[in-house]
Amino acid sequence: MPELVVLRDVQDSELRHIEDYLKVGGYQALKKVLLELKPEQVVDEVKKSGLRGRGGAGFPTGMKWSFIPKNVDKPKYLVVNADESEPGTCKDRVIIERNPHLLMEGIVIGSYAIGAHCCYLYIRGEYYEQAQILSLAIEEAYQHGFLGKNILRSGYDLDVHLHRGAGAYICGEETGLLESLEGKKGWPRLKPPFPAVVGLYGCPTVINNVETLATVPRIMERGADWFASLGTPKNGGTRLFAVSGHVNKPGTYELPLGIPLREIIFNYAGGMKDDKVLKAVIPGGSSCPILTADEIDVKMDFDSVAAIGSMLGSGGVVVMNEEACMVKVLLRIAKFYAHESCGQCTPCREGTTWLKNILQRVNDGQGRPKDLDHLMGIAFNMIGTTICPLSDAAALPVRSFIQKFRKEFEYHVHQKACDVAQVMV
Amino acid sequence: MPTLTINQKSITVPDGTTIIQAAEKLDIEIPRYCYHPGLSIAGSCRMCLVEVEKIPKFQPACNTRVSEGMVVHTNTEKVKEAVSGVLEFLLINHPLDCPVCDQAGECYLQEYYMKFGLYDSRMDENKIKRHKAEIIGPHVILDTERCILCSRCVRFVNEVSHSHEIGIFNRGSQSEIRLLPGKILDNNYSGNVVDICPVGALTDRDFRFQCRVWYLSETKSICPGCSRGCNISIHSNRQRPHHAGGRRVMRLKPRFNAEVNHWWICDEGRYGYKFIDDPSRISLARVKEKGEFLVLTLDQVIGRAGEKLREALEKVGRDSVVVVASPRLTNEDLFVIRKFFGEDLGLSQIDFRVPDQNLASGDDFLLRADRNPNSRGAEAVLLDENGFDLTQLLSMENSRKLQLLCLFEQDLTKTLGEAWAKKFLQQFEYVIYVGSNENETSVLSHLTLPSATYAETEGTFTNFEGRVQKINQAVEPLGDSLPTWQIVSKLACALGYRYNYENAEEVFGELAERVVEFQDLAYEKIGDSGVEIPDISKVQV
Ligand SMILES: Cc1cc2nc3c(=O)[nH]c(=O)nc-3n(C[C@H](O)[C@H](O)[C@H](O)COP(=O)(O)O)c2cc1C
Ligand code: SF4
Ligand code: SF4
Ligand code: SF4
Repeated sequence: MPELVVLRDVQDSELRHIEDYLKVGGYQALKKVLLELKPEQVVDEVKKSGLRGRGGAGFPTGMKWSFIPKNVDKPKYLVVNADESEPGTCKDRVIIERNPHLLMEGIVIGSYAIGAHCCYLYIRGEYYEQAQILSLAIEEAYQHGFLGKNILRSGYDLDVHLHRGAGAYICGEETGLLESLEGKKGWPRLKPPFPAVVGLYGCPTVINNVETLATVPRIMERGADWFASLGTPKNGGTRLFAVSGHVNKPGTYELPLGIPLREIIFNYAGGMKDDKVLKAVIPGGSSCPILTADEIDVKMDFDSVAAIGSMLGSGGVVVMNEEACMVKVLLRIAKFYAHESCGQCTPCREGTTWLKNILQRVNDGQGRPKDLDHLMGIAFNMIGTTICPLSDAAALPVRSFIQKFRKEFEYHVHQKACDVAQVMV
Repeated sequence: MPTLTINQKSITVPDGTTIIQAAEKLDIEIPRYCYHPGLSIAGSCRMCLVEVEKIPKFQPACNTRVSEGMVVHTNTEKVKEAVSGVLEFLLINHPLDCPVCDQAGECYLQEYYMKFGLYDSRMDENKIKRHKAEIIGPHVILDTERCILCSRCVRFVNEVSHSHEIGIFNRGSQSEIRLLPGKILDNNYSGNVVDICPVGALTDRDFRFQCRVWYLSETKSICPGCSRGCNISIHSNRQRPHHAGGRRVMRLKPRFNAEVNHWWICDEGRYGYKFIDDPSRISLARVKEKGEFLVLTLDQVIGRAGEKLREALEKVGRDSVVVVASPRLTNEDLFVIRKFFGEDLGLSQIDFRVPDQNLASGDDFLLRADRNPNSRGAEAVLLDENGFDLTQLLSMENSRKLQLLCLFEQDLTKTLGEAWAKKFLQQFEYVIYVGSNENETSVLSHLTLPSATYAETEGTFTNFEGRVQKINQAVEPLGDSLPTWQIVSKLACALGYRYNYENAEEVFGELAERVVEFQDLAYEKIGDSGVEIPDISKVQV
């Protein structure tokens, strides 16, 4: 059994109440940090650990923290991204439900490290129960003096505010989130300036994913070297892989970074359901280019998955068997992005819907010979031309699905039917 | 001051300059829709993408600040492909209404398609249907099918007019410009959104279907609507007189002036041009005989005016003549009035200040409470040491016999109110009215001379800040009308004085020599954006 970091104490249980969390040594890392370490030392330790952001982009966390300018008299903010809306992803939810205080402890440590005295926790609107859990956790943390004024008599103050989103995927993009938090329409901001300099309310801001922050107390407890040793070089630690689809045991598994995808599917998720043949895997949430069954020996760390042209993303592993129609799957994904594009940038606003419309026709048996080339061309024009990566996220799957399963798409276009369905007959 | 190269051309620009600004200085065209120098940067249309060496991704030129040694390319195959791709995206749902769209001819979709598009269409789907031809305010019509969602109009109402009437609703391809609940686009700057809309989504109700833009001629001028003196272009239709019922001036557009109005004008000024071609124009000279107007030639009527003037001077004397000029006249008009009436005839009762009984208010942006374009110039040219104050005369009760009143563009009935105006006019034996439009005062006059409007003449106005700015002639003076300085010159000639100014420039030359506030100014130096004269109150007379 690999070593657990985030789910260590909660593999089969929940530690919703602070008393339970305290019993397993909770808030000890915080005590050590506040009473023994300077903020810079915390940043350095996290840098050394090789922790990379778990929200999707995999940006080194310690480095992100160090971008916060030191000598400004503006307030600084930590914003926790609990918007978790990427299709195929449901790992932050597990942390919130089972170990909310681990997140709280990470929040206080992170805020201390960047010099923030105010933190906003932005949770997707649909996570209603989860918001209540967090609300309770915040209250308990205040009661026990882990939040508020003069935390653990260290002189350090921190307030945490919980904010529920209204259900837009784009409010998970960090600057769309900031706009939403400020009460505006969730339109991602043009960068530069970057949030580290001009973030929430124009002040220096760090945005971190739930899982990223929940990892931090363990790093402070056991040390950067220990954490780094769990993963592969430049990919410290473990990850929560949310496995869904045609497997026997779908669920969220915490596994070391660099573990082969094959092992995740066949060892941990129990292999293919009904012993059907594996056809394709989305390795990191719907935004990531698809992998074929031949590619599942890839090591699941940021760099190895990138090397074969996909992304580790948010760790949502979607497994599909031979019966999944790739046209239909892609159409479903395209619909999602067409629905979720914020509509600011021309290529994304128009491209996502255009892709969806063509795919709908192809799926409905009304494809035309040029459709596949058009899909590839439209998607190409959407990549690298927009304000935020949602456009790429919508376009990359289209290109990868058509490249890797072109025959299946051509069958739809020319035969006006689904060959996968015929296999099933 | 970083030095960079764009398409192999090198330029040094101040810190903080963006690529799009640097390219403008090099005359390299980078297409743009959302970028507008008067608004915040949105960076969302993605038309201005360029390649910057050592940066792997396209950069939006509008939001990328230059740095030392930066190497920018705007015309590589990659950039061309990306920009033409963006245009294709913009056009897939565009209705292609060009034949019935007012914007045709000044539309940046048309223009950029020809310059940066020219691809083969691959759009085979049904276009999205949206709201068309919605009246969203007193001046503006919205066609959301034509809208490219550049957000310029939204940023305008948020950042410039601060009136917040419109926004982009919904998301993705459902995004649409809509009015905010309970609002209409009704603020004194609403017409500007039409100017900045790069396509035909926002059109001007006033101009709609009046004239194709390619028949319009542009003349640089100054808005006469208030003492701000916003720089404008007069768009006149000289080629298709049968359009719009023969109306010549079709619309006014703001003209950029960093010192005065930037890119904007107010609606009051924008739509205030109607009097130029209005049926109320006085186009012929006339005298009143037995209560009826008799139209004569201009020279005949000027001759008659001269006789009346001579009669008054000879019979009663200088004190019997009162001249009321107007702060709506140009400096040149005012100077010739001063020269003839004041210096040649030696009159001292010359003023332009009439106590307005219905004072307007200004706002905290452009519009000034003083709705006259040249009060400052009139003060400089007409007010002198003799200290005549029309207000005193106006409030005097029939104290002595007055003979002749000469009004220039002064509708006393409107400014003083009917009762007061009538009482004042009745004190005179003879009232001469020089003006461009009929009003309740002109019909009371005994003799009427038609003057040209600001659109039919040239000359200068001095705005409230002391900036001398030039107006130019957009259309011919209507009928027999003439610029006021010419009418006064003719009148002077009728009385035996030699006035032979060829043009406003000549008048200005003499004005600059004679009036201290204008000293050292040369007409040709005023240029298109005007020159500021030293604070009049601080000039040593
Ligand atoms: C369209 C879009 C949606 C995103 N949604 C989420 C999300 O739901 N949760 C999240 O943590 N990060 C999301 N991200 C990534 C965030 O922008 C950001 O990179 C992340 O929160 C940073 O945290 P980390 O450094 O801890 O990973 C999204 C990004 C994009 C482009
Ligand atoms: S890429 Fe799409 S989602 Fe992102 S800012 Fe642009 S339009 Fe919005
Ligand atoms: S109406 Fe015009 S200015 Fe406004 S967003 Fe649309 S295209 Fe831009
Ligand atoms: S502010 Fe004054 S000068 Fe400017 S447009 Fe309005 S009326 Fe004309």
